Amino acid sequence: MLQREERPADKAKVLRMANATTNKPRPKYLSLQAILLEIRLPLAGWVSILHRVSGVLLFASGVWLLFMLDRSLSSPAGFDAVLRYIGFPLVKLSLLVLVWAYCHHLCAGIRFLLLDLHKGIDKASARRSSILVLSVSLLLTAFFGAKLW
Amino acid sequence: MVNRIVVGAHYGLRDWLAQRITGLVMAVYSVILAVVLLSGQPISHAVWSDLFSQGWMRVATLLFAASLAWHAWVGVRDILMDYVKPTGLRLSLQVLVLMVIAGYLAWTIQILWR
Repeated sequence: MLQREERPADKAKVLRMANATTNKPRPKYLSLQAILLEIRLPLAGWVSILHRVSGVLLFASGVWLLFMLDRSLSSPAGFDAVLRYIGFPLVKLSLLVLVWAYCHHLCAGIRFLLLDLHKGIDKASARRSSILVLSVSLLLTAFFGAKLW
Repeated sequence: MVNRIVVGAHYGLRDWLAQRITGLVMAVYSVILAVVLLSGQPISHAVWSDLFSQGWMRVATLLFAASLAWHAWVGVRDILMDYVKPTGLRLSLQVLVLMVIAGYLAWTIQILWR
């Protein structure tokens, strides 16, 4: 466990700052309208929230993916049934969304690991890597989507 | 001493680090699987079930599933801590998530060693 040395002077300063921030009246833009229309996320913010959304999507669809893996490995007939099943447009579209979710989650995850290592943390390169994550995950989705079709 | 909350995080590096290491394990597995599937023959049932009947693939997939379980637990727990404030509801959802993850893991093992 890391421990930081605490000095009384610092402590008093921190307390003063905490009081100053809690006493200030703060506007809260948390209405649905604000979330949808008024808050404008920077690109890194989009990468971050989409990382979260894609993670939830993947977690929730685990049962569906396991079901298909189970059937496809059970027998040649089961394998063919799964092939026919993923031929349905709605199923295919859902799979494509999951492929995107996986690619985005992976690319954004690599970006976060690099940020943890203090690589690319200045504003310009953080923006560049956000663009890279968003576009590479879309390109990978297009690639695997084409394979899927 | 910090004021500990029973349904909070575990106030340490462990889960944070585990999420990153498991993420790395899954990234490596994903690349290997993609290469194996893209470089081999077109996927038929024979190719597909041969792949999953090999020992290394079963163990690698189990490592992937175990990493996924831990990774997903930390991630979903973080999300629940951010958005679900009532303690009882949060605890219930966390228990539910843990059971779902345990179920996923058990099913994966059953599929792999059938």
